Amino acid sequence: MKLEAKEVTFYYRGRKKKPVLENFSISIESGERVGLRAPSGRGKTTLCRLLAGYERPQEGKILLDGRPISEYKGVCPVQMVWQHPETVVDPLLRLRDTFAEAGEIDPLLTEKLHIEKGWMDRFPAELSGGELQRFCLARALHPATRFLLCDEISAMLDLVTQAQIWALLLDEARRRKLGLLIVSHNRALMEQVCTRIVELPWNN
Amino acid sequence: MKSYGNGTEYNGKGKNRRKSTILFLAAAVVILGAVTVSGIFLEGTATETDFSRTNLAPGAGGLFGTDWMGRDMFARTLAGLSLSIRIGIVTAAVSAVIALLAGTAAATLGRKADAVISWCIDLVMGIPHILLVMLISIACGRGFAGVVAGVALSHWPSLARVIRGEVIQLRQAPYILVAEKLGASKLQNVRRHMLPHLLPQFLTGLILLFPHAILHEASVTFLGFGLSSEQPAIGVILSESMQYLTTGRWWLALFPGLALVLAVVLFALLGERLRQLMDPSSVHE
Repeated sequence: MKLEAKEVTFYYRGRKKKPVLENFSISIESGERVGLRAPSGRGKTTLCRLLAGYERPQEGKILLDGRPISEYKGVCPVQMVWQHPETVVDPLLRLRDTFAEAGEIDPLLTEKLHIEKGWMDRFPAELSGGELQRFCLARALHPATRFLLCDEISAMLDLVTQAQIWALLLDEARRRKLGLLIVSHNRALMEQVCTRIVELPWNN
Repeated sequence: MKSYGNGTEYNGKGKNRRKSTILFLAAAVVILGAVTVSGIFLEGTATETDFSRTNLAPGAGGLFGTDWMGRDMFARTLAGLSLSIRIGIVTAAVSAVIALLAGTAAATLGRKADAVISWCIDLVMGIPHILLVMLISIACGRGFAGVVAGVALSHWPSLARVIRGEVIQLRQAPYILVAEKLGASKLQNVRRHMLPHLLPQFLTGLILLFPHAILHEASVTFLGFGLSSEQPAIGVILSESMQYLTTGRWWLALFPGLALVLAVVLFALLGERLRQLMDPSSVHE
């Protein structure tokens, strides 16, 4: 499978003169691990949101195997892991219910991510950022997922956990032939993990 | 926020805040309910005149004394308060429904609808409350219908604004966007994520509307633009007893006035405690 952005131009409402992305193209094949690098505020997260279908570009197309990403119904094959895990879980639901929303999750996966059974009865406010991020990762690695967009997923974790998570993620990506887009400020991590690295153009 | 997992022993007195709050809520509801029901039964007694027992001070003439026509002030106060509470419930409910519809419409029907509804909210909020209630009440022919229309049509804007903001925020909430990408339908999202966030705001807003509605009903009636004078309303009682205050019959105004204040305070506390109980930031306490 192939996920691609074709000549995408995107700007937030009222900022037409300063588009975040202008005529930008990128393509990711299954099994590829693409690193994305740019200074803060240049649209890395915006690109992830576009690729995952949370935003629509004003010009250009986001295609998954030649079909627009918005046409895929049900569980989207492109999943994004957000930078701030506490914003992507409903604060009023116990984690068990949030988990149930994603359907059945492989118990082997939760075990590998060191997600403890006791967490399931808690509310998101009762878990740490790192614990929540592992939880979100398990959810995003849904059986239907083909592409995973990792937006600074390990920035808030300690080094040991970072290493564990990346080892698991690489393992999982190889086994399932996932395509990864990895956003990070950590050059060493990118060189270790990615098959190629893309720089966002500076247009202002 | 202090949180000890299961929440018992919060203040070290054996009873946690949640339990004492629920106890208070139950007590407030029982008191207000009792006043409302007893007022309905006492409506007959409240209009009974007995010219052998006029102008008696509290004690000799019953708990709250009697007035210049020998009517029992205790019965009149309860009947008036009961009427006020019933009007308050009807008007607050109508107001809250208007607010819910207007707020949701503003948040979901696009920018133009939002601009129109927000302008209406500003307009209604810009006119002094009591003036608006009076105008609508007169336009609707005063009496019960006039007061209900007046209060119901003037109290929705602040709650509508809260609901509009809440819905706008919820529609953009990352956890709802993510749920959508994981295959949850619109309806599932509304039921699972939006309602649990909206309901506490809505219920609290609804209950906090009661005291306003009751006070405004009483003041409009007091000013003579509301309920007619043969109805045992607190506003009517207060405006009539104004004439007798200078002759030393203090009990005619004091007790009904105090009862009104107490009912309003009880409703306000009820709303405040309910908010504490359901607010996401203190829900685990």
